[in-house]
Amino acid sequence: MSVSTNMIAEGELRLRLDRFQWWALAAGGLGLFLSLAAWSLWPEQFWPSYLVAYVFWVGLALGCMGLTMLHHLVGGSWGLVVRRPMESGGMTLLPLALLFVPLALGLSQLYPWARPEEVAHDPQLQHKSLYLNVGFYLVRTVGYFVIWLVFASVLNRLSSDQDRRADHRPSGKLQWLSGPGLVLLFLTGTFSAIDWLMSLEPHWSSTIYGCLVIVGEALATLAMMIAVVVFLSADQPMAEATTPDRLNDLGNLMLTFTILWAYMSFMQYLIIWCGNLPEEIPWYLRRTRGGWQWVALALSLFHFFLPFFVLLFRESKRQSRLIVQVAILVLAMHWVDLIWLVVPASSDPASPRIPWVELPLSLVAMLGIGGLCTAFFIGHLKGRPLIPLNDPHLNEVIEHAGGLGQR
Amino acid sequence: MKAAPAPTGPYGLMAEFDRPDDLVEATRRAYEHGYRMMEAYTPFPVDGLAEALGFRHNRIGAVVLIGGVAGGLGGFFMQWFSAVIHYPVDIGGRPFNSWPAFIPITFEMTVLFAALAAVVGMLGLNGLPRPHHPVFNVPRFALASRNRFFLCLQARDPLFDAEGTFRFLEESQPKAISVVPF
Repeated sequence: MSVSTNMIAEGELRLRLDRFQWWALAAGGLGLFLSLAAWSLWPEQFWPSYLVAYVFWVGLALGCMGLTMLHHLVGGSWGLVVRRPMESGGMTLLPLALLFVPLALGLSQLYPWARPEEVAHDPQLQHKSLYLNVGFYLVRTVGYFVIWLVFASVLNRLSSDQDRRADHRPSGKLQWLSGPGLVLLFLTGTFSAIDWLMSLEPHWSSTIYGCLVIVGEALATLAMMIAVVVFLSADQPMAEATTPDRLNDLGNLMLTFTILWAYMSFMQYLIIWCGNLPEEIPWYLRRTRGGWQWVALALSLFHFFLPFFVLLFRESKRQSRLIVQVAILVLAMHWVDLIWLVVPASSDPASPRIPWVELPLSLVAMLGIGGLCTAFFIGHLKGRPLIPLNDPHLNEVIEHAGGLGQR
Repeated sequence: MKAAPAPTGPYGLMAEFDRPDDLVEATRRAYEHGYRMMEAYTPFPVDGLAEALGFRHNRIGAVVLIGGVAGGLGGFFMQWFSAVIHYPVDIGGRPFNSWPAFIPITFEMTVLFAALAAVVGMLGLNGLPRPHHPVFNVPRFALASRNRFFLCLQARDPLFDAEGTFRFLEESQPKAISVVPF
């Protein structure tokens, strides 16, 4: 094997990562500064845009944690190249926890249930205020972050132990932890989706909503990890480990989640459309009129049909160029999906329209939060071996394949 | 049964090998030499054998796609025809062409017809089921399901001539060469 034994990024790759980290940090600083300016100019339009960007990046971090635990449970060769990037991705919850603080200041701008004058003459909101009130909302959010950060840091610590130790104790613990961890992550993920997104329209509810958001996040995470892996694979040690077969596995997973996302989105639509009830249908009326219908059409075409048909073909999953293009498309459409979920929430269902000012605001917020997260992510990834070579499950896979480079 | 013209001469020549690698090597030689009408028989899937036989593409993907598209269109058409043309019923003021409600059936029909096309297309393309085949006329061929590996060059190949092909197969040093009668 021609790779350095410690598998830490060095040489040309280290330089590229350093440069990228610096750019990400600069972009993050600029984005947050512009966000501050945007907030002072358009405070009302700013908060939905910030929420979209915030949920986008939290979703990626949660997806990283979920897929890491999934891999500890089921194993498989696909995890070899994405394990470490996913573990570092989970750690971006640390800066994201801080970035929630500004959101706590804008609650009354975002959520109808956080405006006392609106609750005062709405019996339904009064009825729901036992759950939907500012204090409990903040307590729940702090609770989610405590749980997530504990899991992210324990997963990382045990994984580092695994590199250093010869016995299999950390691997056993990781596997033992991942089962309950995945259940807990799914529950907290569902509740955070309800709190942060679904309660934007507190009169509306959908039981599939949490699953829908989580599946979208997992899909975006796979897309992001494919992009990261291909970026890293220009140099050793990832160049040798990133084989067409492993890209194929990741592409297959992305295909699965694409189908699952489409299935859940359509089922929610079908059930509400068939029922046609006055308390449910406004959610779709806001999102299928006044220009939003074109966004919905674009979502079905580019969030489902195009990636679905491209990913059906084996060859398109094995070429790093093509699969990265699909991954970037999926990420962009996930962002559009979140805009479509969040921004129309405050509009009148009779005459919704696309507030175009949200687009640059959302881009600025994406740049700010994303830049900081990316810089933190690279900083964390640089210090660790890029491939978990001491994982007994992965070693089995590698030995069976006759080396790092083959299947 | 229709009377087929009685074939003259053998069906082909069959070489028997002990090891899968020898079979792959002999197959590759035969392909390079120009033989195309040949089949290899092994007790288990052998890596690289399909490539050596020159078997790279199959049309099952296209068959499944056509089946799926036909099923989806047919499924949608049935519902559209009955709900819009043949027996329109006003249900809660919804349009007759309530396409979202038709999607689950359309999807199921797509999957059903794609799966059926896969099975039928697979059988059509590989010529199964086939109760009898000339290779069974060679008694030793029973070993193909145990531990022997066979390569059969068929007489309908333009390069085939009984003596020359026999000598060609001998160069691969098989364990035995048998004439496969009809």
